[in-house]
Amino acid sequence: MQSSNMINYDYSVAKCFAIATIVFGIVGMAIGVLIAFQMAYPELNYLAGEYSTFGRLRPLHTDAVIFGFILSGVWSTWYYIGQRVLKVSMAESPFLMFMGKLHFWLYIVGVAVVVVTLFMGITTSKEYAEFEWPIDIVIVLIWVIWGMGIFGLIGIRREKTLYISIWYFIATFLGVAMLYLFNNMAVPTYFVAGLGKWYHSVSMYAGTNDAMVQWWYGHNAVAFVFTVPIIAMVYYFLPKESGQPVFSYKLSLLSFWGLMFVYLWAGGHHLLYSTVPDWVQTMGSIFSVVLILPSWGSAINMLLTMKGEWGQLKSNPLIKFMILASTFYMFSTIEGPIQAIKSVNALAHFTDWIPGHVHDGTLGWVGFMIIASLLHMAPRMFKREIYSKKLLEAQFWIQTTGIVLYFSSMWIAGITQGMMWRAADQYGNLAYSFIDTVNVLHPYYTIRGVGGLLYLVGFFMFSYNFYKTMTASKAIEEEPQSASPMAA
Amino acid sequence: MFHWLEKNPFFFAVGVFVVIAYAGVVTVLPDFMNSARPVVGTKPYTVLQLAGRHVYIKDSCNACHSQLIRPFKSETDRYGMYSLSGEYAYDRPFLWGSKRTGPDLMRVGNYRTTDWHEHHMLDPLSVVPGSIMPSYKHMFSNVADVETAYAEALTVKKVFNVPYDEKGMPKLGTYDEATKMALAEAKPIVDDMKNPEVKEAFARGEIKEIVAIIAYLNSLK
Repeated sequence: MQSSNMINYDYSVAKCFAIATIVFGIVGMAIGVLIAFQMAYPELNYLAGEYSTFGRLRPLHTDAVIFGFILSGVWSTWYYIGQRVLKVSMAESPFLMFMGKLHFWLYIVGVAVVVVTLFMGITTSKEYAEFEWPIDIVIVLIWVIWGMGIFGLIGIRREKTLYISIWYFIATFLGVAMLYLFNNMAVPTYFVAGLGKWYHSVSMYAGTNDAMVQWWYGHNAVAFVFTVPIIAMVYYFLPKESGQPVFSYKLSLLSFWGLMFVYLWAGGHHLLYSTVPDWVQTMGSIFSVVLILPSWGSAINMLLTMKGEWGQLKSNPLIKFMILASTFYMFSTIEGPIQAIKSVNALAHFTDWIPGHVHDGTLGWVGFMIIASLLHMAPRMFKREIYSKKLLEAQFWIQTTGIVLYFSSMWIAGITQGMMWRAADQYGNLAYSFIDTVNVLHPYYTIRGVGGLLYLVGFFMFSYNFYKTMTASKAIEEEPQSASPMAA
Repeated sequence: MFHWLEKNPFFFAVGVFVVIAYAGVVTVLPDFMNSARPVVGTKPYTVLQLAGRHVYIKDSCNACHSQLIRPFKSETDRYGMYSLSGEYAYDRPFLWGSKRTGPDLMRVGNYRTTDWHEHHMLDPLSVVPGSIMPSYKHMFSNVADVETAYAEALTVKKVFNVPYDEKGMPKLGTYDEATKMALAEAKPIVDDMKNPEVKEAFARGEIKEIVAIIAYLNSLK
């Protein structure tokens, strides 16, 4: 640990990605709030003609938060954690420095193109893989550059043993690469037919197979963007911020390899009662339940890391964010398996309970973890204390309220919807027409919109706090050992 | 072993990759050929229907509408016969969706008409009071991209042996033939519609997006 103080880590790329995290976070969440309110007040669809309808904005929202906000957060923390646990500075290698910057700028170009094309309605329709083939090529390039950065840094490392966080970053890199490549296999039509739009393509897989590949991707893209790199963050930042060693190495081993093996089987739970083979559905269902073990393994490992130090929850808001994040991770990973049980899924599938489940994971676990990570990094990157503890406390409660409103309203909405779809009168006829099941949801859609808005307000408070920390906060002389310094 | 792996990044990465790749191979491959086989009577989309399908995708109709009827009485009562794997054999991409903000559309062609769709796309509230679907006025002014639809049909015919031009299957022909057929197919739809803009455009030989998407929706049975 001594030598870490002598190495001069270079955070220039980490800083760029930190700012990107905030900008894309605001954009993605703002669109999310808008489309949430569109479901309660459809007039909001007409703000900008065809470009502001729900259908155009929905992929923009999901992609902006997944590949904009979250990936930037992952990369920002990678360019921070990577150097520190491998005990090597990026400044030592001009090549890695150049690749890091290229990574950032190519990514920014990619995002810009994605935003424009999605507004135009250029999409392959596959969830979280909407981009047409020219953009896919850029994405692959960005990914390869990141991979070279990871293995380049590992290649010149001083610390020979890879820390747990590095395992998870490597897994993120490999997992997403494999999933993305196979799911986006498509034939560009212009090159075969010689006419039509040059960027159009047609999927290599048809029908049921396409669905199977898509949800193998869709579910596990979630795993390898929402889960794996976020665990990398919590394994580094929670011990660092609290000054406590990780509770159990064995538990982290079990959780890591368990997660890697089990997660990829679970995609089938998106296709229960569909036309994919029964045994695939059953496997998906069973493995989803088994998935509780490695997921809770990581979460419990984190909670027990705080053993005997629970007082920090009161004194340090960053610990509060991280512990609530781990708790939401447990919550989300018990809710998911419940929804993957066939009989529950028969009710829950296609309803609002599903977006509800996604959001307690993303807002509670992923969002909170990224916010805490960035704020832990800020004093060390900018050599200033965190601007305001009060603001951070207020943000915590506003956002937590937002999340609770979000998932509770979506539970009620989803179960109501599912029950009404299947309800029959005494003669066995359907009791409700479809529109009845839509109109009954209005209050829940409104509450959900308010919940999302609260979270966005909290995110603005975070952005302001981060900006002030960057520019105007009191300078600190020495790097803090554990708890991040913050002004009242 | 784990300690050793943690000091050898290359083998560590290989290990991780094997462990994660395994599941995909085991779940996707065994029934791949089976799942690709069409049900008897399933036909590939005509060029006009395909152009309509592109409009459906462009506006992400699949974000709110599913095309997958599950084998429950409540679903078959509401939407018709449950889905069979082979019915999707020509769907590239599949459009099952993951959310039913609106009803399933797998067999919407059985119970909705051109006239109904025209009113519904222009002003959903006029036919479904309380609907939260936005109106899609721009489909009445944007022109459908028949050329790209033809390119796609020709591509799947060449690359995946989709049986266009075979006996009892839709005819594809050359691009000129295909545009003529698309116009002929669009004519009865335009005749059933009331919108003067769409009719005028059609008289000039232009097919608006709304015509194509109605052709597609009517084909879903």
